[in-house]
Amino acid sequence: MPKTLHRLPAALSPEVAVWIDGHPAPARAGDTVLTAVLEHRAALQRDELSARPRAGFCLMGACQDCWVRLHGVQRVRACSTLVAPGMRIDTSLAQGTPA
Amino acid sequence: MNPQAKETRVVIVGAGPAGVRAAQALVQAGLRPVVIDEGNAAGGQIYRQPPEARRRPARALYGFEWKKAQAVHQAWQALQGSVQAHTRTLAWNCYRGVLDLHHPEQGYGRQPYDRLILATGAMDRVIPLPGWDQAGVYTLGAAQISLKAQACLLGTRPVFLGTGPLLYLVAYQYAKAGARVAAVLDAAPRQAKLAALPDMAARPAMAAKGAYYLAWLAAHRVPVIHGARPLAIEDDGASKVVHWRDGGGARRATGGDVACLGYGLRAETQLADLAGCEFDYSPRERQWLVRRDAAGRTSRPEVYVAGDGAEPLGADAAELAGEAAARAVLQDIGVGGQQPRLDAIEAATARMRRFRRGLETAFAWPAELAAQCADDTLVCRCERVTAGEIRQAVREFGLRDVNQVKSWTRCGMGRCQSRVCGLAAAEVVAAAAGEPSTEGVGRLRAQPPVKPVPFDAEAWSRMAASNGEGAARQAGGTAGGEGR
Repeated sequence: MPKTLHRLPAALSPEVAVWIDGHPAPARAGDTVLTAVLEHRAALQRDELSARPRAGFCLMGACQDCWVRLHGVQRVRACSTLVAPGMRIDTSLAQGTPA
Repeated sequence: MNPQAKETRVVIVGAGPAGVRAAQALVQAGLRPVVIDEGNAAGGQIYRQPPEARRRPARALYGFEWKKAQAVHQAWQALQGSVQAHTRTLAWNCYRGVLDLHHPEQGYGRQPYDRLILATGAMDRVIPLPGWDQAGVYTLGAAQISLKAQACLLGTRPVFLGTGPLLYLVAYQYAKAGARVAAVLDAAPRQAKLAALPDMAARPAMAAKGAYYLAWLAAHRVPVIHGARPLAIEDDGASKVVHWRDGGGARRATGGDVACLGYGLRAETQLADLAGCEFDYSPRERQWLVRRDAAGRTSRPEVYVAGDGAEPLGADAAELAGEAAARAVLQDIGVGGQQPRLDAIEAATARMRRFRRGLETAFAWPAELAAQCADDTLVCRCERVTAGEIRQAVREFGLRDVNQVKSWTRCGMGRCQSRVCGLAAAEVVAAAAGEPSTEGVGRLRAQPPVKPVPFDAEAWSRMAASNGEGAARQAGGTAGGEGR
């Protein structure tokens, strides 16, 4: 499944170093965690019941489809959380490795 | 003003157009309201502000509506220092004069209120179809938010499906931003739009904008199909293929890289439910809305509703409704409120409601698409409940109430608390139970927390310790407001 997110020039803000599932994955200032992950791949995580890839749905904090873990502990909605330098994003909340 | 009235704790939930105008009217009357909002900045979804690093001129962000967006943002700026604002704060429960709060870093808090204005907005109303739970399928609102707040296209070859004004607006915005829109598949037939014209004449400027988007899409050769019935979204490995049926009944397919869907708006009413407000069924909206008077007074004397969360009439009506709710509060605590202004707002809202009736004619919620969806269609994304399982619960066990069906099947019991599937599930239940409308199958009761909050035993015990004092307290922070 190819990634589909496309940044417009206005989204090319300065780079911010974050880690996704243990790998360095540059994000940009002002990115949500969701944008930062979808910059690198097509899906955010896998649905915990079906293991099917999910990539968020409503992007307004309503559908609860985009939970990820930060720094191994804090659970957040990826669509409503902004990246910060050094952030460690863990998308393996559910079973399997995300696509 | 009598000093007692000035001490009234008025709490507003939501800092979109309704919440901001409510706060403004209260501040102008000398009060200091508390405003609680989940977003990083005021504006709600419609006038959502990008993060600092993504700021762009208002004209680029909000199109024709840029002056209105800017006015709401400026009104909010001018209120700083005069309101107690808690951004990034979720109100997740509401009972007996207290809101329970959660902030991602500051943890839990409580906010007591004497008067509560709920301006909680709306989200996309969706209809499930096979394949809608895969990555790369979004709501129309999601597509717009990504563009507006992140300057990112969710896809460069999107297929937009559903119905409603947002369908055309988002397609226009994506195409203008450089996307090659694969198709706009509108479930509503062309005749419906013509039938709506008399009502839409209530707001000529608004109708003209809609005509402009349609003309623009046509001039740029974006395929727009009226009366397209979506059947399924399939992933063939390289793209999303939307299967649909045209007005003549022929099967068609359109490929793109993402699919975005929506069928109008669904009011966010869960806090009002927890606050004990009565609801009425709206046959036009086919959803339950909080019972209220013209100024937003609910059946609970201390609770008011405003904006799309009360009735989806759009941002302009929301600004007026927010102001009206604030004036109702002022009247009820005996500090004016200006009845003539309330009357003027009521008259203006009547015009907007007529326009909205036009929109509902032009882009009617195609209830039958939900009611007749295939048995293997996943209805509840959170708990993975299919339409077939819901129908079985209705037919084999004689269930006729959506709450019973929820208990039986877990449909609507998951993390989103039925926000996404609730209205469509009600259509499936109603059709299976032989009810002509979803009124006959009842209203899903809200449960706290209205959105998931992390469990933190220490913070919970601290919060429990503050119970009964009426004190606002926040674990490790002050976002709960001034204790008294």
